[in-house]
Amino acid sequence: MVEATIFEISSPGRIGVKYPESDVPSFELPAELERRHLPLPEVAELDVVRHFTRLSKLNYSIDSGFYPLGSCTMKYNPRINEVTARLSGFAKTHPLQPVDTVQGNLALMYELQEWLAEISGFSAITLQPAAGAQGEYTGVLIIRAYHKDRGDTKRTKMIIPDSAHGTNPASSSMSGFDVVHCATNEHGNIDLDSLRAVCDDTTAGLMLTNPNTLGLFEQGISEVIEIVHQAGGLVYGDGANLNALLGITRPGDLGIDIMHFNLHKTFSTPHGGGGPGSGPVGVASHLVDFLPCPVVGILEPASGDFPPFYGFVEPAKSIGRMKAFYGHFGMVIRAYTYISMYGKHGLREIAEGAVLNANYLMALVNKHYKVAYPRICMHEFVVEGHWPNAPEVIALDVSKRLMDYNFHPPTNYFPLIVPEALMIEPTETENKETLELFADALIKISDEAVNNPQLLKDAPHNTPIGRLDEVKAAKDLVLCCWIPEKEN
Amino acid sequence: MKNPQDLKYAKTDEWVKVEGNTATIGVSDYAQSQLSDIVYLEFLVEPDDEIKKGASIVTLESVKAAADVSSPVSGRVVALNDSLSDEFESINTDPFGKAWMVKVELSDPSEMDGLMSADEYSAFCDDREH
Repeated sequence: MVEATIFEISSPGRIGVKYPESDVPSFELPAELERRHLPLPEVAELDVVRHFTRLSKLNYSIDSGFYPLGSCTMKYNPRINEVTARLSGFAKTHPLQPVDTVQGNLALMYELQEWLAEISGFSAITLQPAAGAQGEYTGVLIIRAYHKDRGDTKRTKMIIPDSAHGTNPASSSMSGFDVVHCATNEHGNIDLDSLRAVCDDTTAGLMLTNPNTLGLFEQGISEVIEIVHQAGGLVYGDGANLNALLGITRPGDLGIDIMHFNLHKTFSTPHGGGGPGSGPVGVASHLVDFLPCPVVGILEPASGDFPPFYGFVEPAKSIGRMKAFYGHFGMVIRAYTYISMYGKHGLREIAEGAVLNANYLMALVNKHYKVAYPRICMHEFVVEGHWPNAPEVIALDVSKRLMDYNFHPPTNYFPLIVPEALMIEPTETENKETLELFADALIKISDEAVNNPQLLKDAPHNTPIGRLDEVKAAKDLVLCCWIPEKEN
Repeated sequence: MKNPQDLKYAKTDEWVKVEGNTATIGVSDYAQSQLSDIVYLEFLVEPDDEIKKGASIVTLESVKAAADVSSPVSGRVVALNDSLSDEFESINTDPFGKAWMVKVELSDPSEMDGLMSADEYSAFCDDREH
């Protein structure tokens, strides 16, 4: 059933909330601020409650079902994160409070900076970036500032593998770099010859995702980093897939110079409509001075019974602010809680579980779907959603049909180097039975693709609204918000 | 759709047609079929721009992905197919005809030697399909 909009259920004269009589003197608004028409819906309280309750039931989230959206790490968001984030000492602070009244908040931020540094092998961390893409942008601006500071201004090229996240070229382009692509070889790794061919004294850096978007560990990573460093460039690590490495290997130890974290992926803070995101950035020792300001530091060390006094410090050659205030503090609390709950050894179990789950699921479906690069995967894998004996069926049809089986579809058509890509990331929080149910659905769909392709073409069948016209949706844009009329 | 014999093809799926010293550039049927329905197009160059081989000349967006069209040749831009901005569906229906994108006056005609013939390109596409 299609839910009417709140405007469609409006009925003239119906009232939801009655205001009490005003007990303060009335005030005349200046005429230019007065509106004659304000077409708000007229509904009763019960209409509002039912409308939004029904809408909420149409929502699909990690709380209602399996969500294997590749490269998004849609893991369960533990409820204890919500408890700590709502502690009044955190929730009721204001970002403009004097620092001596928010020492607890600053201590938590400082400790998370230290923990993220230890987890990743970097020297210092900023918690400021609002989400992953802004973390990337921060990292690329640091690369630019680093070369400029050394007077090395001819480095204008950023190398990006063809399996990279789409935001990598966007961040580079926004920072004024020319994007140069390098190819992937037949094993799903960066092609070293292709990399060597584009590395020279105009190379500012390389943006690398490891594990890459094929869900594969970059087997030549040491050589890749060596080649870029030899040419005088820096290596940016896209931390979107860090979940696969937690407690096992550290990007900083591999020689990566900068990396962003996605607290909303790896460290279980909510995302996908439940956000906001949070994209802290870690840097190696030679880049610490360029971090955005301010970062949390210890202004006076602990002495006797007194804890340290925390405050904000400005790195010497800071690229400046990336965002108002200090990042998404609510997410910082949740990530801190998550890491506290797991502890050092628990973090490693997260990565092991994520990799095991992905490999188990891949093994369940690999006779029915072509695995793009058939080797042991990390936390995710990519299959092709098409079959030689089902010429009409494409990956989109598989995804739509999965909704009929009550699963969120995997990531579609990404990475671009795999035809009809379906990128599947189960995460460590799913149990064996869920993985098997999902594999069963995928296998049934592969059978339907051959024997009843129209069923897939017309899917989804069990959702409130059937197949949407994506071309029309992208082309015929209709602005349907209310635009105030100018009154004279 | 067959790849026309009178065109040359780049590995990045553009076609080039040379008449005199002018090269007309568009994307191949394989490229449009991989992208699926095009919903947006933007020219990245203007007439009189000097462009180098490999430069991005057009950005295409489909329901699946966004992709840059790069110029397989160097030279000066002499014309853009303005009609595409309104009816980019012709990229899907007539990629080798109506949907030409940019005309370039060649500065180095020898660059054409590095491009593929129709038969070579067809084999190149088949390879990627399997």
